[in-house]
Amino acid sequence: MEMKNTLMRSSDSGTGSGAGLSNLGGSPPLEKFFYDNKIVRDFGIASVSWGIISLLVGVLIAVQLFMPEANLGLPFTTFGRLRALHTNGAIFAFVGNLMFMGVYYSLQRLCKTRMYSDKLSRIHFWGWQLIIASAVLTLPFGFTTSKEYAELEWPIDIMIALIWVVFAINFFGTLLTRRTKHLYVAIWFYVATIVTVAVLHIVNSMEIPVSFLKSYSMYAGVQDALVQWWYGHNAVAFFLTTPFLGLMYYFLPKAANRPVFSYRLSIIHFWSLIFLYIWAGPHHLLYTALPDWAQSLGTTFSIMLIAPSWGGMINGLLTLRGAWDQVRTNPVLKFMVVSITCYGMATFEGPMHSLKFVNALSHYTDWIPAHVHIGTLGWNGFMSFAILYWLIPRIYNTKLHSTKLANLHFWIGTLGMVFWTVSMYISGIMQGLMLQDFTADGILKYGNFLETTTQVLPMYMLRALGGLLYLSGMVIMAYNLFKTVKSGVLIANEADEAPARTKDYSEEKHLTGYLRHRIIERKPMLLLVVAALTILIGGIVEFIPVFTIQSNIPTIASVKPYTPLELEGRNIYMREGCYNCHSQMIRPFRSETERYGEYSKAGEFVYDHPFLWGSKRTGPDLQRIGGKYPNAWHYRHMFNPRLTSPGSIMPNYKWLSTNDLDISDTRASITAMRRLGVPYPAGYEDRALEDLKQQAVAISDNLKKDNIKVADTKEIVALIAYLQRMGTDIKGNKTDNK
Amino acid sequence: MLILFMLIAISLIVALVFLVLFIINVRSGQYDDMYTPSVRILFDSHLNNSDDNGNEKHSNEIK
Repeated sequence: MEMKNTLMRSSDSGTGSGAGLSNLGGSPPLEKFFYDNKIVRDFGIASVSWGIISLLVGVLIAVQLFMPEANLGLPFTTFGRLRALHTNGAIFAFVGNLMFMGVYYSLQRLCKTRMYSDKLSRIHFWGWQLIIASAVLTLPFGFTTSKEYAELEWPIDIMIALIWVVFAINFFGTLLTRRTKHLYVAIWFYVATIVTVAVLHIVNSMEIPVSFLKSYSMYAGVQDALVQWWYGHNAVAFFLTTPFLGLMYYFLPKAANRPVFSYRLSIIHFWSLIFLYIWAGPHHLLYTALPDWAQSLGTTFSIMLIAPSWGGMINGLLTLRGAWDQVRTNPVLKFMVVSITCYGMATFEGPMHSLKFVNALSHYTDWIPAHVHIGTLGWNGFMSFAILYWLIPRIYNTKLHSTKLANLHFWIGTLGMVFWTVSMYISGIMQGLMLQDFTADGILKYGNFLETTTQVLPMYMLRALGGLLYLSGMVIMAYNLFKTVKSGVLIANEADEAPARTKDYSEEKHLTGYLRHRIIERKPMLLLVVAALTILIGGIVEFIPVFTIQSNIPTIASVKPYTPLELEGRNIYMREGCYNCHSQMIRPFRSETERYGEYSKAGEFVYDHPFLWGSKRTGPDLQRIGGKYPNAWHYRHMFNPRLTSPGSIMPNYKWLSTNDLDISDTRASITAMRRLGVPYPAGYEDRALEDLKQQAVAISDNLKKDNIKVADTKEIVALIAYLQRMGTDIKGNKTDNK
Repeated sequence: MLILFMLIAISLIVALVFLVLFIINVRSGQYDDMYTPSVRILFDSHLNNSDDNGNEKHSNEIK
C-alpha cells in the first residue's frame, strides 16, 4: 500500500514541468476528502430500471411488426407512438443515466475530489428523471415534434437544456477544484460530450409553440431535414459514442488492471474524432432533395471517420494484450470485449453505408436498424453491463452475488443480439433487393410493396425473439445486482486523500504562463465558457429564424400552403407517428419512380414545418399518395388495413373515425405558420375554420357516395384530406401511377 | 439553403473551441507525459484499501 501511494505521488508531480522541484523539501500535505458514491448508485438504479422498461417497450413494438393486433387496439400502445418512447428511453434513460453514473464515479477519482456541488448533483439526477417521466407521459399520447431522437415537445426541450447546464456547471466546477494537474483522456471525452450536446440540442430544438404541448419546427423541408440529421447523427456521436469512449478509457484499464495500450493513441484519436464527427450528418440524406455537395461532404467525413473510430477500438482491444486469460473467466471483460468489437463493427459499417451505392440499397431498409442496434445493444449496452458489474460491488464494498448469472447474462445477451441483427441484415438486404428488382420486360417484379413485406415476416419474428433474449439478460442482471446490493453496505462517502494541486508554475514560468494560468485555470475560465456559450446560443436564437424564414422562398410556383384541414390532418399524421414506417421522399431511381411516381424535389417541402421524410420504409413511400386512391379506399384502409391490403402489418386506426377533430388550435397554427414564413393571407386565421368545415363536408359527402357514413367532424376526414393532398402540387408535370 | 452555411459555421465554431482547447493543453504541458497518466489511474487510494475483488473490510465509511 505504502509503495503504491509513493508511486502515485511521485508520478503526479512528474507530470507538470518543473513541479518536482518544489517538492524536494518534502511531500506536500495530504488533504482528506470523500467521494460521493450515492449519486453514482442512484444513476445506476435509474439506468437499469428505465433500461428494462424501454427494452420491454421495444419487444412489444417488435411483436407488433408481425402481429399488429399486439397494439391491444389502443392508440397509446401502437407502434407509431411507442417507437419514440423506445428510442428515447434506450438512449436518454438507459444509456444516459449510465453515462452519468460512470462520469460521476470516474470524474471524482480522476480529479481526486468530490463533485463540485452535491446540490447540483441531486438537481441533475431528479431533473433528468423528471424529463424521462415527462417523455413517458407525453409520447404515448401523441405529443411529439416528430423529429427522431428529439421528439419531446418544447417545454421538455427547455427542461433538458436547463438540466444539461446544471450538469455542465457541476462538471466544470469539479474540474476547476481538482487536485490532479493532468486531465486524463476520459475527461476530454466527457468535455466534448457536454459542450457539443448542448449546441446540438439547442439548434435542433428551435420551434415555435402553438399550445402548451404542440409546436412547429422553425425550419422547413430540406433545411429541417438537414438540421435534424446534423443533430441526429451527432447525437449518436456525442451522446452514444464519445462519453462511452471516455468510460471505456477509465473502466477497461481498471477492470483489466493494466494501463491502456497507448495513451498517445487515445489522445490523437480523441482530437481527430471530435473534429471529424460533426459533419457526417448528411449521410442520412443521400439521394434525397438535399443539395449534392452537402451529401458528398457528409460521405467524405463519414469515410474519414473510420480512422479515429478504429483508433479507439484497437486501443481498447490491445489494452487486453497479455490479459486474454482473464477474459475467459471475468464477465466484466467479456462484456467489454464484445462491446468494443461491436463498436468496431458499427464504425466500419457506418462509413460503408455512407457510400452512395451501398446507401441506395440499405437506406429505408431493416439494415439500418440492424446497424443501429449493433451500436446500442452491443457497444452501449454491453459496456453498460460491464461497468455495472464492476462498479456496483465496489461501492457496496462486497462481491458480485453470482458470476455464473453474469456469465449467463453475457451469453443470453450475445445470442439475443445475434438474433436481432442477423435477422435484420437478412430482411434488410432481401427487401432492398426485391424492391429494386425488374423483370426482363422492365416491369417491377414486386409491384406491390406488400409482397416484399410478407417475405420478411419470419425475420421480424426472429428479431422479437432476439429482443426478448436480450431483455431477459437484463432482468437477470437486475436480480444479480439486487442480490449484490443486499449483501453489502453502500459506502456513501468514500474517503481518499491527495495533495492539493500545485500552483507552482505561476512562479517559475514567464508572464504569459502566469496570465494563462490565472485566466484559464481559475474561476474566470468557467465564466468564459459560460459567457461564450451564452453568446453562441443567443446568436443562434437570434439569427436562425431570420435566415431560415427568408430562404424558404418557394422555387416551384405550383407549391401552395396546406389548407387548414390538411394542416390538421398532418398533425394527426405526426401524432400517430406514421413517418416511423412511411417515408415521404422518393429517390431518383427508376425502381422508385416506377413504384411511387415522380421523385421528390426540394421546392415541394418549403411549407413543411417540420419535414416528414421519414427514415424507414416498413410500408411504402407516401409522397405521391395523393389522388392515387379514392377517399373511400383510405377510409377502409385506416379502419382496417387488411380490408384493402390483405396481409398488411399496419395496425387498425379505428379511433380516427370516432374521434372528433380538435380544432381549438387551428387558428394558432395558422398564425404560427405565417410567422414561420408560410404565406397565408393576413387575417386568414379568422376564415380558416370556415374553409376547414367546407373541405371536411366535401370529403364526408364524397364518402357517402360509397356508403360510408362519417361525420365531417371526425379526425379521419382531416387525415384523408392530408393524404389526398400529398405530392399533388407538382403532379401535373408527370403522372405515372397505374 | 442558408441553414447549410449556418450549420457549417456553428460546426466550425465548435471545432475552433476544441482547437483552442487543444493548443492550450499542449502548451500548458498536459501532453508532455504520454505514459504515466495511463498507469496512475490504476492505483486506488490506500484509504480505499480493498483488493481487486473489493472483499477486504475497511473502515472508511463516515456517517
